[in-house]
Amino acid sequence: MKEEKHIFSMLVDNVPGVLSRVVGLFSGRDFNIDSLCVAETLDPEVSRITIVSRADAPIVEQIEKQLNKLVNVRKIRDLTGPKAVKREMALICVKAKAQHRAEILRIVDIFRCKVVDVGPGHYILEVTGDEGKLAALLNLLKPMGIKKIARTGPIALFREPN
Amino acid sequence: MKLTGAQILMKAFADEKVDTIFGYPGGAVIDIYDELIKTDIRHVLVRHEQGAVHAADGYARVSGRVGVCLVTSGPGATNTVTGIASAYMDSIPLVVITGQVPTHLIGNDAFQEVDIVGITRPCTKHNYLVKRTEDLATVIKQAFHIARSGRPGPVLVDIPKDIANNKAAYTPPPPVDLPSYRPNYRPNQKQLQRVAKLIERAERPLVFVGGGVILSGASQDLVELARKAQMPVTASLMGLGAFPGTDPLWLGMIGMHGTYRANMAAGACDLMISVGVRFDDRVTGKTDTFAPQAKIVHIDIDPTSIRKNVPVAIPVVGDCKLALEQLNQLIDTQQMEGLATRRKKWFARIEHWKNTNPLAYRQKDTIKPQFVIEKLFELTHGDAIVTTEVGQNQMWAAQFYHFNAPNRFVTSGGLGTMGFGLPAAIGAQIACPDALVVDVAGDGSIQMNIQEMATAVQCQTPIKVVILNNCYLGMVRQWQELFYDRRYACTCMDCAPDFVKLAEAYGALGLRATRPEEVEAVLRKGIETPAPVIMDFAVDREECVYPMVPAGAPITEMLLV
Repeated sequence: MKEEKHIFSMLVDNVPGVLSRVVGLFSGRDFNIDSLCVAETLDPEVSRITIVSRADAPIVEQIEKQLNKLVNVRKIRDLTGPKAVKREMALICVKAKAQHRAEILRIVDIFRCKVVDVGPGHYILEVTGDEGKLAALLNLLKPMGIKKIARTGPIALFREPN
Repeated sequence: MKLTGAQILMKAFADEKVDTIFGYPGGAVIDIYDELIKTDIRHVLVRHEQGAVHAADGYARVSGRVGVCLVTSGPGATNTVTGIASAYMDSIPLVVITGQVPTHLIGNDAFQEVDIVGITRPCTKHNYLVKRTEDLATVIKQAFHIARSGRPGPVLVDIPKDIANNKAAYTPPPPVDLPSYRPNYRPNQKQLQRVAKLIERAERPLVFVGGGVILSGASQDLVELARKAQMPVTASLMGLGAFPGTDPLWLGMIGMHGTYRANMAAGACDLMISVGVRFDDRVTGKTDTFAPQAKIVHIDIDPTSIRKNVPVAIPVVGDCKLALEQLNQLIDTQQMEGLATRRKKWFARIEHWKNTNPLAYRQKDTIKPQFVIEKLFELTHGDAIVTTEVGQNQMWAAQFYHFNAPNRFVTSGGLGTMGFGLPAAIGAQIACPDALVVDVAGDGSIQMNIQEMATAVQCQTPIKVVILNNCYLGMVRQWQELFYDRRYACTCMDCAPDFVKLAEAYGALGLRATRPEEVEAVLRKGIETPAPVIMDFAVDREECVYPMVPAGAPITEMLLV
């Protein structure tokens, strides 16, 4: 069966060990984690965990059910597909030689990134966007030389009904 | 009112009507023990913490109540892990209290410190580290609630020494309401209507039940359904006793060591009503050839069990008892009457399978292990509580002891834990003081927790240990014989203790039989003795458990006697 990328978003009790329960479930059952994001929600008793995983349909069903079974997981949704907005943030440290500096800034402009740190040999760029945008940006920056990168992994929310 | 954590714990135990605790003291739980002895709770002092958990497990399985353990930090806690994992695999409700080093030392690699909450996360239903004395009452209440509700399971509560010692204001905790934990008991009515229709139309139905039926107390409803709709019944190892083992509709156990007729029926049925099962690999064999002609209905309280291993036509999430009760109401017996004749063929086929390859063994002049179990069944009229160790002894007990009632067969099904049976027998005996409790053991597995004989003698639990002694790790040897060209790598247990003398050393009675004609007398003497007994039966060394489905093969392809 075909493996597809799925983005799971769950609300969990904001208590010690909850992340370990979630992550332990993935490793213990040989489910895959591509990326993971976690932070408190407006309610300090609840956190939101967003996990991107590659799996075929029966495993996706198991992942959802198994997560739901954890006592500390309140709600889980599969946000794969166009019904949800997805964004990821990255900090990219790119080499900035004299002959490339203007070109990088043009790219920054086109991709609506921000330059958050400048040095004689580098820029650090801040960018948010969906998977495609980040991939396109990285493609353009690669020839200049990417020194370091930190990505958050996607977060997502269902669009509100109109 | 200000109470210490230990006192609050006793209040919580009283609220939960805990009457027995299986445990072993140590530095981190002295304060708790100091309060425990002031209560009416019976404390069973085991000889190893693993024994405490298995004993609590045996207690829970026969009584239907939550088993409770109390052990110290560090090694005390790690020794419980096998017991907890066993209970988790078999969905047995336990609350395991572990001591922990004082909160200010957690993370310091203190003496007897271990992260038991971290260690047991994957093998508990849930677990807690209590960090404030004022949380204790609520946590214990939640622990019992989680352990016994939904699909039951073990819950561990780790209590640091200072939390047990500190005082806090005590108010009785409110009823448990966990927004993130609300098991669904009520099955979907529409789904059940579809199931009822299928039952009415099926020509070759088969009911396949597991431990869930026993846990939800649905045996009577199962019997009603099977008889009403004239459906034959098989069970997993965990489901034995859910349906009467001497009923004409009973096919015997299914799976790797299931009966010929049960496995063949699974292969040929057109409808499989599976209730409270999880389609373990020991049941299904090769999954894509399992029940290939059947629409599978799967009723279980745990949604993760459904479609985990086999495709399911109609999933029903809910309590087995409620589901079976409602099915019994939905099924229209008027519709069924015409079908009874159509099903004649099905029952004729089953009868044929039964006659061609019944459970059997070849009697010789050595003691056959199956003969010992048959005699045991005969002498106890099927009324004993039987615990087992793991391996051949377990399978022979499952095949040759016929259980007519639930909660009488106590065995480590999922994890397959050797050393389970003896402590589980002690727990079962404490829950049912008037019952005859027999541990069917092998010479290998009995030695894994043999130290609990001292517990049995000290607690005056008159358990009977039946050792089927073949001086081998018999089940592994059987695989080596059948699939490894008889290379018996490290399975010969020649240097065993003299179990009769060992029994005597513990202050129990030791008996031995070496010839078939001695078996009955030894069993009689053992059963009649109102004290712990070890009976050592020198059995045919190379007897195998048959039928056997080689691992990964379809269950209809059996090796037979």
